[in-house]
Amino acid sequence: MDTLEILGKHLAVDKDGNLVNRSDWNEEIARAIAAQEGIGELTDRHWAVIRAMQKAFDRDGDAPSIRRLTNESGVDVKTLYQLFPKGPAKKAAKIAGLPKPKGCI
Amino acid sequence: MDRVSIIVSHGSLEGVYPALIMANGARMEGIEASLFFTFFGLEPIIERRMDRLQVATVGNPAMHIPTLIGMLPGFATLATSMMKKEMEKLDIPPVREFLQMIHDTGAEIYACKASVDMFHFKKQDFWSGVDDIISVGEFYEKAGDGQIIFT
Repeated sequence: MDTLEILGKHLAVDKDGNLVNRSDWNEEIARAIAAQEGIGELTDRHWAVIRAMQKAFDRDGDAPSIRRLTNESGVDVKTLYQLFPKGPAKKAAKIAGLPKPKGCI
Repeated sequence: MDRVSIIVSHGSLEGVYPALIMANGARMEGIEASLFFTFFGLEPIIERRMDRLQVATVGNPAMHIPTLIGMLPGFATLATSMMKKEMEKLDIPPVREFLQMIHDTGAEIYACKASVDMFHFKKQDFWSGVDDIISVGEFYEKAGDGQIIFT
């Protein structure tokens, strides 16, 4: 199992580099992952997306991919790509401590 | 991979969706993407036609229906509506919404100049999300060192 060093801790990650154990996740870890992913400071809008992602994952067992993420978070596609450049669903899932979304759309 | 340029050359529903899914999928992975619509592939970006694309029910062995049945009036409409229902279940949006979504991800959408001239289309015939009508030379220029996928 791979590990990722965040804030001095070695946390287990899957092959995509996403956290394996949700219990390892907290807001401080999220901010550190965001910095590593080049997202920078997490604003309220970032957090709204991250929370919506976690809520959908807890309900469906899969992190929403882009179309469902716009519906779940109420944030439109354009804004999602501004908040999380280089793949909003993938990046937001990683920051949210969830596995990469499986959906194709 | 940094950039992918996807060519759409078919105007049937099943001929268009793979390219849209691949373009959107590329953007989801953080890959730059553009779509280049050519020949009958112009159909999904023609404003008055984009909501009316149909599944090809004739000459398509994978439909598993005899060609003569596929020819019956209304059959293509029926097959199209069935396929659309299945796609909606998978969260695949209708063509117009999907193209808008892809455009909103920052992907570029182009029409092929030679095809536009051949079919005598005008700029105003196109859906408003089309970024430009470009020549094949400009297409290659924009594709740069990225991958090109022909569908």
